[in-house]
Amino acid sequence: MNTPHSEKHHLIIIGNGMVGHHLVEQLIERGATDRYCITVFGEERHRAYDRVHLSEYFSGRDAQSLAMCDADLYAENGIELRLNEAVTALDRDAGEVVTEAGRYAYDRVVLATGSYPFVPPIPGNDRDNCLVYRTLDDLDAIRAAAETATTGVVVGGGLLGLEAANALRGLDLDTAVVEFAPRLMPMQVDAEGGELLREKIEALGVQVLTGRATQHIEDGEASFHRMVFQDDKVLETDLIVFSAGIRPRDELARDAALEMGERGGVVIDDRCLTSDPAILAIGEVALWNNSIFGLVAPGYQMAKAAADTLLGGELTFAGADMSTKLKLLGVDVGAIGDAHGNQNPGARLFRYLDEIKQEYRKLVVSSDGRKLLGAMLVGDNATYDTLMQYYSNGLELPEDPAALILPATEGAPTLGADALPEGATICSCHNVTKGSICATLDAGATDLGAVKAETKASTGCGGCAALLKSVVDHELEARGVEVDQSICEHFAHTRQELYDIVRVEGIKTFGELIGKHGQGLGCDICKPAAASILASCFNEPITDAAHIPLQDTNDTFMANMQKNGTYSVVPRVAGGEITPDKLVVLGQVAQKYDLYTKITGGQRIDLFGARLEDLPDIWGELIAAGFETGHAYGKSVRTVKSCVGSTWCRYGVQDSVGMAIRLEHRYKGLRSPHKLKFAVSGCTRECAEAQSKDVGVIATEHGWNLYVCGNGGMRPRHAELFATDLDDEQLIKIIDRFLMFYVRTADRLQRTSVWRENLEGGLDYLKEVVLEDSLGINEELEAQMQTVIDNYACEWADAIQDPEKLKRFRSFVNDARPDPDIIVTEERGQLRPA
Amino acid sequence: MTTATAEAPTMTQTWQTLCNKADLVPFSGVAAWIETSEGPVQMALFYLPCGPNTPAEAGHATELYAVDHRDPFSGANVIARGIVGDIQGEPVVASPLHKQHFRLTDGQCLEDDAVKLRTWPVCFDGDRVVIDVR
Repeated sequence: MNTPHSEKHHLIIIGNGMVGHHLVEQLIERGATDRYCITVFGEERHRAYDRVHLSEYFSGRDAQSLAMCDADLYAENGIELRLNEAVTALDRDAGEVVTEAGRYAYDRVVLATGSYPFVPPIPGNDRDNCLVYRTLDDLDAIRAAAETATTGVVVGGGLLGLEAANALRGLDLDTAVVEFAPRLMPMQVDAEGGELLREKIEALGVQVLTGRATQHIEDGEASFHRMVFQDDKVLETDLIVFSAGIRPRDELARDAALEMGERGGVVIDDRCLTSDPAILAIGEVALWNNSIFGLVAPGYQMAKAAADTLLGGELTFAGADMSTKLKLLGVDVGAIGDAHGNQNPGARLFRYLDEIKQEYRKLVVSSDGRKLLGAMLVGDNATYDTLMQYYSNGLELPEDPAALILPATEGAPTLGADALPEGATICSCHNVTKGSICATLDAGATDLGAVKAETKASTGCGGCAALLKSVVDHELEARGVEVDQSICEHFAHTRQELYDIVRVEGIKTFGELIGKHGQGLGCDICKPAAASILASCFNEPITDAAHIPLQDTNDTFMANMQKNGTYSVVPRVAGGEITPDKLVVLGQVAQKYDLYTKITGGQRIDLFGARLEDLPDIWGELIAAGFETGHAYGKSVRTVKSCVGSTWCRYGVQDSVGMAIRLEHRYKGLRSPHKLKFAVSGCTRECAEAQSKDVGVIATEHGWNLYVCGNGGMRPRHAELFATDLDDEQLIKIIDRFLMFYVRTADRLQRTSVWRENLEGGLDYLKEVVLEDSLGINEELEAQMQTVIDNYACEWADAIQDPEKLKRFRSFVNDARPDPDIIVTEERGQLRPA
Repeated sequence: MTTATAEAPTMTQTWQTLCNKADLVPFSGVAAWIETSEGPVQMALFYLPCGPNTPAEAGHATELYAVDHRDPFSGANVIARGIVGDIQGEPVVASPLHKQHFRLTDGQCLEDDAVKLRTWPVCFDGDRVVIDVR
């Protein structure tokens, strides 16, 4: 039941970062909107986004794809989100939050203002092109500055500093890292680990300078800046990014005279209450037990406790484990518990160093060798999950703990999912235990997706994905659940299996397939799926007698059925390029058959309202004018959208229209598990919106960058950069393989975006298969694509020459009259269904 | 006779010739126009030739089915253009617009108890397709 608006308390959340957003999610989930009228202030333009994966902003992700939630989550739940509105004061006497835009009364306030990057007080630190790395706006500034820069320096060699260095590398800058401490990541690794880390990072072309204190920054000679160090050595660079730690954004609390820590931070208790019980604080602004927690997982735990406090519960924040598993510049680094072994007197060490493979592992164990107190990993995090379980659950170590860090070839004992106790934390971001996963399964969840949706496990940093999967798989197996992946009741096979059967046995008809491998007559699930597989493999005309009963109505009549039973017709306009003569023909055909015309998003012209019996005549005229079918009706390659590129555009660097036409003609008619959309942009301005397509190609000075698995529509997904600076032939070869691998392995009606998200091993695996031929199938994939291309023929041209096929286009089998129930009306000068 | 229909039709007034066997599409549907005493009817005619995969045990005793061509959910005359198959051995057609399934034997919609297509007795008479519209 909803409390009337006027009786609700006013809750104001200051800050819309990851932790502030998590609090909102918790509050929504727990129905707090019935009690509170909630307003959230965000200082940035963007709603909460994933700061953990910020560096991906330079490898293709945008603010939209980094966002933590759908744009309308807040509004749907009656929560007011005021972005771009910084809170300037907290007036405790008046009980109001003050911004430049106004004053807002509160009953409760949560400070979730986070932190800001610490910039060391070095003379010259305020010069142009001295930047920080924290927000999307910071990244935009770095990107802008990088346009005129060739070199960049990150001041700070900790976790965030190395992230920033990765970002600079992504912008093609010669990058260096300057660290004050004698080694990189001094918080997480020891001297040996730090040395190994340096070697690995230097091998990537990033210069590493440790033990360097910058004295001042001045004008450079060859570059924009010159950094002068304590030993008078200098380093010249065009761009400097400071990433030397964080400081709490506590000025509101300080000005409001809340109790503060000596070195900053708002003091909170176990319930996240500050010294004023009307005010709570969470995340990196909060000081608990004299500690600031600079990781997202503890922030989430505080958010959970704060939500409980606001709802009158008793849940407390009890500190958090600062264990971390990271991949920085592609290098694995892991630190668990007391990784340095300096917090536990009497602790014993095991260390393993491999300078060839560049791996370092260290165990800190109790003096009796029974318990794991901490661990440090550099170069390989494969053992992290197992070690973390020993550590966090206090499990008894095996007799010889060294076996845990020795190379796996010696049969290192792995801790199976079954060895974990019920209380074992699987996902620390959302605090999900093995017990709660089991409860979800007992309540009816039957797969990983359902468990993730129910518990949110593995939806934070994602570090536990592999462990979660093994726990779910193991528990499902233990419950005797064999998840039925059959496509439908007629086949005890998945789509992938049917695909393999068709290929291996050379089956060419549905009759043969269901006769040998299925039962019954088939249905509207398996028939179109089989039709698609047969077409992908052999590309025979879909209207052939053996195939026609399998097709969805759109494929049967090679047009798109609309709500009144009429069809729309979309001829191919490759690359969106069309001659005036052809344009005139489209107009004439539309006039003659009273068709409603509309320009599509794929740069073609859609002719609506065609009656079944008119389709052959319409196509006869279109084909005579040089058109061919556009496959708008098929689960197949649709269009390749393009911008005009270097032919006309003053910014274009390649002939995008030419490439789009070449790609469209190559892949037209390829039937696939779902529709495929392409685009080619002639420069980085990306006017063709290639990054929202299944296959996106963007011109570079040197060739083409290929993006894959993007999607627009219902669930937008940014395409991912797959390969760079390809020449024409390389591009086509890679797309051939990519498409055929998708056709071969995807589920029915699974777009490339969802396929990619479900692909075990993710983008890296896809790259291994397609770029490095890790499965040894690329030659076969290319040959298969060639078969499809060689067998291409316009389906409409085929059909209108065949009287048997044309019989299907009669309105009635025994009467030539048109369907009298199709009634149209005029609107804006065209006809539409009445 | 190639029919699997149990009773051969008696040629009374109500049986009409619709079309020839060659007008049908095996494992698919065609539309037909019929004048009845209650007015014109658009009919969807499905032809499921008996074969090794025919689910004989579940009442699939005939090769021909005639149901309403009008899709009750959309009001469009499109049922003949749906995919035919079987669910648990019962022959069905899926509406091409929103995929609701209709049992071919009695027209019952499987997704909505309240919705049913009309059905008519239909069979082969030699090569002719004849229907009893009553």
